[in-house]
Amino acid sequence: MRQFVLRRFIYSIITLLIISITIFSLVRIAGGDPARLYSEPGAREEDLARLRAQWGLDRSYPEQYFSFMANIFKGDIGQSFQFNRPVRELYFQRFTASLQLAAGALIFAMVVGIPLGILSAVKLNTWWDSLGKIVALLGLAIPNFWLALVLLIVFGLYLDLLPVAGKGGFSNLILPCIALGWYFAASFMRLTRSSMLDVLGSEYIKLARLKGMPDYVVIGKHAFKNALIPVVTWAGIYLVLLLNTAVVIEVIFAWPGVGSLLFSGIFQRDFPLVQGAVIVIGVLIVLANFVVDIAYAYIDPRIRLTR
Amino acid sequence: MVLASDPAPELSVPAPMSATRALLMARLRTVREMPLLAVVIIGVLAILAVFADVIAPHDPTLPVEGVQPAFFAPPMWLEGGSATAILGTDFQGRDVFSRLVHGSRVSIIVGLVGTLAAAAIGTAMGVLSGYLGRWVDSVIMRITDAWLALPSLIFAIFLATLVGPSMWNIVIILGAVFWTRYARVIRGEVLSLREREFVKLAEVAGASKYRVMLRHILPNVMNTTIVLASLTIGVVIIAEASLSFLGVGVPPPAPAWGSMLAEARPTLLTGRWWLTVFPGLAIMLVVLATQIMGDWLRVKLDPQLRNL
Repeated sequence: MRQFVLRRFIYSIITLLIISITIFSLVRIAGGDPARLYSEPGAREEDLARLRAQWGLDRSYPEQYFSFMANIFKGDIGQSFQFNRPVRELYFQRFTASLQLAAGALIFAMVVGIPLGILSAVKLNTWWDSLGKIVALLGLAIPNFWLALVLLIVFGLYLDLLPVAGKGGFSNLILPCIALGWYFAASFMRLTRSSMLDVLGSEYIKLARLKGMPDYVVIGKHAFKNALIPVVTWAGIYLVLLLNTAVVIEVIFAWPGVGSLLFSGIFQRDFPLVQGAVIVIGVLIVLANFVVDIAYAYIDPRIRLTR
Repeated sequence: MVLASDPAPELSVPAPMSATRALLMARLRTVREMPLLAVVIIGVLAILAVFADVIAPHDPTLPVEGVQPAFFAPPMWLEGGSATAILGTDFQGRDVFSRLVHGSRVSIIVGLVGTLAAAAIGTAMGVLSGYLGRWVDSVIMRITDAWLALPSLIFAIFLATLVGPSMWNIVIILGAVFWTRYARVIRGEVLSLREREFVKLAEVAGASKYRVMLRHILPNVMNTTIVLASLTIGVVIIAEASLSFLGVGVPPPAPAWGSMLAEARPTLLTGRWWLTVFPGLAIMLVVLATQIMGDWLRVKLDPQLRNL
């Protein structure tokens, strides 16, 4: 087990190094000259050179990369061109709003997905199962931003029930959470269903049934608990994904989260901001993957032997 | 082996079906087993995309003449709609139906070529990684891990801002973002193929590494690639729509479904729902059809992938 953890840890570090190199080189290859982008047109060459020196762009690429990495280890992921403030500060300022949205979406996804997954596994090949399959298909097929727009039209305009944009009370959260959580609700449904089917086919469930336990005890007490293990593990990864990938939803609902920060960075060609935010996202996701890998290996020893 | 020219055997055994005919029957059976809904949607879409110039009643980039009101005309069945613009007109007075029809081209081209690019890169990487092993495997797999760790949409947006908007750039970007899934799965498949007897025999017979990979390994992983491709094509189409919606995808005035949704957004809450509903429905139907098709192919071609 210790060896497994160590190997996973080294892999994670390598993964992060490759991510940092990828992001760094892509910005340098295709990014253009930020000094020119952020100056008035026709700025003097000396001024541009001074800006480049100030941002450290006059040094060689390997030098720039090493100072970039050294700064990351000091907790400094760059200075935004646009806001002239540390990217870390900007990111964590937006983090709470993103967390609210992500948590809400996750709750919605679990509340819809898990019961439906259980129902379609228990009542295999019935009407419930078909409903589950339809939800699973639509979860993939409906783009989340279109769902957001349609929800806005229906609830914001025609029914005039819920606020359409911005951050505020609980009611501001409902529509974005549904739009964002929809895809994940379908994922939870599929995950719960297959996990539940696995468990229901196992020996100890058969034994429990043979002992004459009523159905609801077998399903509710024995099957459900064990079927939930992979679901809960995945919930962790989904939360991290929801936190960082809500760009389109945040833009539509004018939600002041990480996604809309990233979006504005992209549009203003604020490379340090984009680079820094993508690195933080990468770190969070690699970390979540690492934790899930370890958790799985802890639960199921067979996994430790693979790879 | 029964050839078409084989003389029919004597005695009263019924004449064997000719090989071509048997093949044809098998093909027909396959076609009949296909999920009808998906086939119809994909067929209609293909026809729309190929014959867009003939089917679309108006130029998708120019205002329609002779419609009252000139802008934001509602669909024909609503009050004030006209039969000239059956699904209404947008903020520049352009025909929504014609734009949808032409937009199917963008979705199909980006969806197909993007998926193809991703599948080609990913399959090549997976075969190289799985068959050559050693450092090649380590390098490719670590890169795959790293690229998989970045959320695909964020990665695609990031790349799109760097290279600038154009349809072919989007195709390349989506190929570059989505190849990793293929590499992972194909590598696993190759690892087990590598140990099979026919591969060992080819090696013993003196076939070069590249010959083994191309002639013996590659044909055996094609089914998996096809299944994965049919399942990712919908994801690619949605990714393109998202990029176009954010304004970093296919640039205006080209009629991409994602850009149509973006253009409808400023007037979203003024009750012109047809500008938002139709492009989204189009995306949904196409993705739904490819997904159903993919599920069917998965069961058909590769039972091992059923739990994917």
